Amino acid sequence: MSHLPLTKTLPALTLAFGLMASASAAAELVIGMQQEPTSLDPTADATASIDSMMTQNVFESLTTVAENGEVQPNLATSWEVSEDGLTYTFKLAEGVTFHDGSTLDAEDVVYSFDRAMGEDSVNPSKDIFEPIESVKAVDPQTVEITLKAKDAFFLFNMGQGDSAVVASESAETNNANPVGTGPFKFDSWTRGDRLTLVKNPDHRDAADVALDKVVFRFISDPAAATAAMMAEELDAFPGFPAPELLPQFEADPRFRVNVGSTEGEVILAMNNAKPPFDNVEVRRAVATAIDRDEIIEGAMYGQAVPIGSFYPPHGTAYVDLTDAYPHDSAKAEEMFEAAGVAGAAMTLRVPPFPYATRSAEIIQNQLSEAGIDAKVENVEWGFWIDEVYKQKNYDMTIIAHTSPNDMGNFARGPDYFYGYDNAEMTALWEQITTEVDPAKRDELLKQGQQMLSDQSVHAFLFQLPLLGVFREGVEGYWSSSPVLYMPLKGVSVAN
Amino acid sequence: MAYFLFRRTLGFVLTLLAVSVVVFAVMNVLPGDPALTILGMDASEDALAALREQLGLNAPLVTRYFSWVWNALQGDFGLSHSFRVPVSELISERLPMTISLAVAGMLVTLVLALSLGITAAAQHGRAGDWGVMFLSQLGIAVPAFWLSILLVMLFAVKLRWLPPGGFAGWDDPVAALRSLILPTVALALVQSAVLARVTRSSALEVMRQDFVRTARASGLSRRRILWRHVLPNALVPIVTIVGMQFAALVTGTIVIENVFYLPGLGRLIFQSIANRDLPTVQALVMLFAAIVVTANFVVDLLYVVIDPRLKARA
Repeated sequence: MSHLPLTKTLPALTLAFGLMASASAAAELVIGMQQEPTSLDPTADATASIDSMMTQNVFESLTTVAENGEVQPNLATSWEVSEDGLTYTFKLAEGVTFHDGSTLDAEDVVYSFDRAMGEDSVNPSKDIFEPIESVKAVDPQTVEITLKAKDAFFLFNMGQGDSAVVASESAETNNANPVGTGPFKFDSWTRGDRLTLVKNPDHRDAADVALDKVVFRFISDPAAATAAMMAEELDAFPGFPAPELLPQFEADPRFRVNVGSTEGEVILAMNNAKPPFDNVEVRRAVATAIDRDEIIEGAMYGQAVPIGSFYPPHGTAYVDLTDAYPHDSAKAEEMFEAAGVAGAAMTLRVPPFPYATRSAEIIQNQLSEAGIDAKVENVEWGFWIDEVYKQKNYDMTIIAHTSPNDMGNFARGPDYFYGYDNAEMTALWEQITTEVDPAKRDELLKQGQQMLSDQSVHAFLFQLPLLGVFREGVEGYWSSSPVLYMPLKGVSVAN
Repeated sequence: MAYFLFRRTLGFVLTLLAVSVVVFAVMNVLPGDPALTILGMDASEDALAALREQLGLNAPLVTRYFSWVWNALQGDFGLSHSFRVPVSELISERLPMTISLAVAGMLVTLVLALSLGITAAAQHGRAGDWGVMFLSQLGIAVPAFWLSILLVMLFAVKLRWLPPGGFAGWDDPVAALRSLILPTVALALVQSAVLARVTRSSALEVMRQDFVRTARASGLSRRRILWRHVLPNALVPIVTIVGMQFAALVTGTIVIENVFYLPGLGRLIFQSIANRDLPTVQALVMLFAAIVVTANFVVDLLYVVIDPRLKARA
């Protein structure tokens, strides 16, 4: 690793740049990120920060999703759906090129789907391709996708990072050198420090893209993140890690704080397959023992919306069920006694996320007020995902489910770590996924929320908030996100 | 001397082998599955199986260990499971950062600790001595993490003299040096506190000896006595501590790298353990072990240089 001394060339360079500098300075946005991924390929790794940096910025998919959750055209400018709702014919945008100069056509789309659906595919959301029967290139600008059964979420899923359209020439190296068709091109990645994107001048919407350069800086420590913002090293921290540190930004005229919503339902999951939680009365007692307001106040410094079931409060089908089990320690204690578990010891195994570890301490205290001795075990993520999630070896845990449209988790049967097996719910989810009429689907989703609350499958805590800190002059960021990404296409910065 | 070198080299190789077995075993005993950490909670069984096959996780443990050793002997540390690039590439791009920080930290530590320690010894029982002792007590008590935050708050946020963190490499030497100042100071202050005390007590020990009194009697200046006679004779315990400290310094960079978000090996090992990225963890631990063993070896050699009496024994 030798570097040429730049000192000799620098003066000449600065002179050259000085002469070339145009009237308008390049618009550069520096974004703080808490989590650094190890790969940059959204079709091969589930790390959320890959989506926030790459999806719809570097990579594009057939459709995209707007801030309000609406599906919009993207690489596909339009589509037609057959009578039976099983065949979708997508028209591709004209003259789209990949960042390496190659042209995008229907064959690339077919390749991307084959890669995601194939035997040896490692796509982290393989399930969303499950309903697809076949993908055919009709002509270079037309793709025909046929489904096995109607899928209400199909078009939405086609707008996710997992469905990004990639080229066969570059797919295998996208993990370190991503090549897509998006409004921004990958420029460089200094692992552990920064990742840089530059504007793609050949993009079909290049005229609407305000930013010339985007730099992501990776800062995991909340105190360091605060210092970097305060020292104006960063322009934006769209996923700020520490709600307790927000007031100092709110009090500072240089910054703007945004509290929005995400698709993440934070739940106190109970292992329904294991005593005592196989007994619905025990689960209801837990729901009665907890006080959501106190949890939100203590763990999130008041910055979160309570939920009473498994559906985001900003969704169109939301039913407020937060009063289904009003907090009452004395009553909860009676319920535990009636169920024969009074004074029992339970373990609460939590992953290393602040929302989870902080909630756990408060819940432990609330359970003890209802006569239950809960032990909190803080475990690291690798342990959690293996021991709790895969081996289902736990009593209770706290986790945020960040994917959109994920009520289907409750239809996964005993194989899923909830240990919840209910034929009625499975049938209902089947109906929800195949119901293409939004009004009817919302009706079914309401039934689902009611069912989960009635059976108190888990204790539902709050919707994970989206906390963002922005320097004054940064505009165009979404205030809430219905997906895992946040397009930078419409973002601008005033220097 | 030849025998001494041979023995040390053999010890070096055996230590590294032992370390490699332990790391391999520990990483495999730990609950956690690299495929699962990469593909997350919505991954399907067949995607997980496909990834495990790709990463070569389906081969028996012993086979994997021996193929790792065989490749490592040829300088090939394999592909990182999570980054999917050669581990050697990951290490080489981060090594300059960590080495720069450790070396700068060591130099500042030596300068600070030796001058403070000798000053305290010279001022024995007086204000200067008390002052140094108080400062070093403070340095030992203050967590590096907290001190770092204070430094950032003052010099980066309030005064805007230095960047709050990050390191963009040596392409721009001025910027690189500026980014290194705060982390180096944070690293060195804590380390100097320990070393200053050792220097002081070791110097006091020497000052009680006859030859110092003789030197005083023959009218040499205080300063000359301190730097030319006391310090060289006080070096043996100091060098021992410095050798041990170098290892502490390398591990100390892990905390510092996190607070100052520096792209060094400390953060890499953290991330790789969390991701169960065995090839990367394995290579990094071997590297750290090699550094520590080498530091001890250098210390032993220095003894021989410092103290001629040991030459005969070597």
